[in-house]
Amino acid sequence: MSGPPAVRMSGVVKRFGPVVANAGADLEVAAGEIHALVGENGAGKSTLMRVLSGMYPPDNGTVEVAFDGRPLRDVTGWTTRSAIDAGVGMVHQHFMLVPTLTVAENLILGREPRRGLSLDLDEAERDVRALSERTGLRVDPARLVSELSVGEAQRVEILRTLYRGAKVLVLDEPTAVLSPPEVRELWNVLRHLRDDGGTVVLITHKLDEVIEISETITVMRAGRTVGRLKTADATPRAIAKMMVGREVVLALDAGTEWERGTGIGKPGVASGKQQAAPAPGSPIPVPGTPVLEVSHLTVASYRRPNEVDDISFTVARGEILGIAGVEGNGQTELIEAITGLRPVSAGTVRVAGADGAVHDLTAADVRARAERGLSHIPEDRHRRGLVLEYSVADNLILGQQHRFTSGAGALDRSRIAANAASRIDAFDIRPPDESLPALALSGGNQQKVVIAREMGRDFTVLIAAQPTRGVDVGAIEFIHDHLRRARAEGKAILLVSADLVEILALADRVAVMYGGRIVVALPRSDASPEILGSYMTGAHGSAA
Amino acid sequence: MTTAALLPAAIERRQRWQARFEESILPPLVALAIAAVVGDILIIIFGQSPGEVYRQLLEGTWGNAYGFGQVIYKATTLTFTGLAVALGIRAGLFNIGAEGQLASGGFAAALVGLAMPAGTPAVIATLLCLLAAAAGGGVVGAVPGVLRARFGASEVIVTIMLNFVVLALLNYFVAAHIHVEETLHTPEIRAGAVPRLTSVSPAFTGSAANMTFLFALAAAAAVWWYLFRTRGGYELRAAGLQPDAAEYGGVRVGGVWARVMTFSGVLAGLGGVNYVLGYKHYYEEGFGTGSGFLGIAVALVGRNHPVGVVIAALLFATLSQGGLAVNALVPKQMVDVLTAVVIIAVATAVPEVKRALLGVRRRAAGTGKHEPGTGNGEPGTVRAGVGTGEPGTTTAAQSTMQAASSPGSSFPDPGSQP
Repeated sequence: MSGPPAVRMSGVVKRFGPVVANAGADLEVAAGEIHALVGENGAGKSTLMRVLSGMYPPDNGTVEVAFDGRPLRDVTGWTTRSAIDAGVGMVHQHFMLVPTLTVAENLILGREPRRGLSLDLDEAERDVRALSERTGLRVDPARLVSELSVGEAQRVEILRTLYRGAKVLVLDEPTAVLSPPEVRELWNVLRHLRDDGGTVVLITHKLDEVIEISETITVMRAGRTVGRLKTADATPRAIAKMMVGREVVLALDAGTEWERGTGIGKPGVASGKQQAAPAPGSPIPVPGTPVLEVSHLTVASYRRPNEVDDISFTVARGEILGIAGVEGNGQTELIEAITGLRPVSAGTVRVAGADGAVHDLTAADVRARAERGLSHIPEDRHRRGLVLEYSVADNLILGQQHRFTSGAGALDRSRIAANAASRIDAFDIRPPDESLPALALSGGNQQKVVIAREMGRDFTVLIAAQPTRGVDVGAIEFIHDHLRRARAEGKAILLVSADLVEILALADRVAVMYGGRIVVALPRSDASPEILGSYMTGAHGSAA
Repeated sequence: MTTAALLPAAIERRQRWQARFEESILPPLVALAIAAVVGDILIIIFGQSPGEVYRQLLEGTWGNAYGFGQVIYKATTLTFTGLAVALGIRAGLFNIGAEGQLASGGFAAALVGLAMPAGTPAVIATLLCLLAAAAGGGVVGAVPGVLRARFGASEVIVTIMLNFVVLALLNYFVAAHIHVEETLHTPEIRAGAVPRLTSVSPAFTGSAANMTFLFALAAAAAVWWYLFRTRGGYELRAAGLQPDAAEYGGVRVGGVWARVMTFSGVLAGLGGVNYVLGYKHYYEEGFGTGSGFLGIAVALVGRNHPVGVVIAALLFATLSQGGLAVNALVPKQMVDVLTAVVIIAVATAVPEVKRALLGVRRRAAGTGKHEPGTGNGEPGTVRAGVGTGEPGTTTAAQSTMQAASSPGSSFPDPGSQP
């Protein structure tokens, strides 16, 4: 299938201030193949692809691209515009669509077909429909983007890139937001594109995807290319070892699961940690009395009156309840309702105090809940968890600012500084400077600030939402350690994560959310990626 | 990150202070330089020598006690309205209603001054008049604040519209009930007047300057303390920077908005004292026309910092008074044009200079703060416009912005698809 090289990048160096994202990365993609670019979070995959698509000029190295079967041409440092003109298109992790416009309007944005002075929307829709049929990316061009599911929105993104004439399609972690059936559909589309003569570069860190879809693999680690191999000759274990740079205990512990996986695994996360996969029998503290009790909770969003639909569960002392599920199935609304950030339509949220007295917090505000021992690691640290322009010290008191005041409402600067110094020390926040604004920290250290604040104070219940999203491997291990330690101290932890590996590595019980409901709840020992995966797609949902 | 951590903390802290200093001082200076160049061109067009015009401008303002007194008088009102606008912007609110709040505060002060018997002790009378001015402005400010907090009504629209309502109502009251025959003003107040600067030094004779400027400085100090040293200020700034994070931190953002708009109105209302208690001793229709709007420019040029606001108020007061001083050489309107040029230059040059400054620093030291993780496309980097907590609102705004900034019209034809 694969032909002469369509893309060749050599010795690419890209720095952002002191951070070196690419330290001499190489990539060669043959025309007409599906090429997987793998590596851990922060290995520099996205940066390399942004250099290719013209978003960043490289500090060093060369980028060559072949157009229409002609020989490679040096295009180092070109612009997004010329990359698109040359047929190199990138589909980003975060969608860039206008939600109030239709699918067709989004696609033609910037190159609208005209009839006289007016927009020829009929022609646009015809064009889009034709392209949609040719590629198998089925989507109704007349629908509003705001009405689309995540999977459909992604299809529109891919369609737009193709509509602009992309021959080399770069996809950045396209499956992160998709359910397994949607993933399978995406694979069909990509194979179709390849058979049509297109070239696909797929950024991912999921090994089962690599094995299933790609023909060639390039592995990156710490900004460098560390290997290039034919998928046919590769094993998941070998790739994982290349990615992490050492022998890895695959968290899911069985090679077969990787080879015929369901699109929901990630190795390397728990690398080297024996307790990463708590095999049945490992010392888990015996859970005590329920501390957090959610009963018949229904929560509305602006989309639906029952975004969370009659959910009940309890979390006990010394227990981690993991809530798995594809994002957008009501997890955000559930967390916000428990923490007081979103009103509840029906049901109750109750928390037991240290003295055993049960407090109904359904109508309490955010601060009152925190005072009752509720801690919250929010899923989006940039939006909720941190005030990015505030210093680390000021961020370390967010939510407890009333405890750091002296008379007349003045902030007690010396106690704030002392608090910051001890948290920075205890949670190893780097650089250890409390006066830096939070936005100057790396993602992992930003998350450590949030964790230090929420776990460094008195609490009985912790709501941990996506606690390791977008942080590097070292920080993941650190955060998981802290969660396990809190469990050992008898805290009740509700872990909401889209990452099945994380759920399986930490939780004592696992529940799956689908369509706003808990469709299954299992002890960890009965849970497997296959079982959870099928519930996550709703395959068992209607029966439950 | 690692290199930065190796440096001794003290050196790094000093560098950061220096950086902060450069960031806050350099951009306005560049803006002023641009304005000066435009001013030169205008002056030359009028056939005058720029040096001579600027010399007269300075002489007529800072060069003699009368001119200086006028500058102080004008800067006092502008400090109050500038602080009012700056406080709102710190909380993410745009108060365009300082005009009406100022008038309302002045009117309330005049009413109380009229109502008191002539012999009321000066301290008590002035205090009561100040409270009245604060209440008069505060009520007008509270309306848009509460409407925003309760119903999400845009404070921009409400404050603009309220200007018309308040000014028209006040004009009606004065004209229909308490004006002095043949004039548009009330009778003189019986008590509560603030002493003129003439009582300190006779050199100020003729100028409107009065002790209200001390209240303005006190207000600036109070706003600074509140913003940067109290829990209320911590929550206010958090609500302005990231309403969602403030909400997460237990702040009732709606309550903050209502409170801030009220305080903002109080500050603007106190500005009315300058004219009513300090200068003319009566309320007159249109006494503060333009000062409320110019307060927006003062806040902008002063970077929403109380110290900056005081300096910017002095700058605009100097230009305004200087326009009269150079009237013989160039038309007074030239200085109005210059004022507008300063505002435009600040609005455009400040972000540009800041960007350039960061670029220079990044290239020079390699200590840039940009990093890939927090760069393009991360959901949290775009500040949410509203505090409703609906995830859709953020992403909507974000994708609109990104789509709007994506390259335009030169994509290949649809015919070239694979």
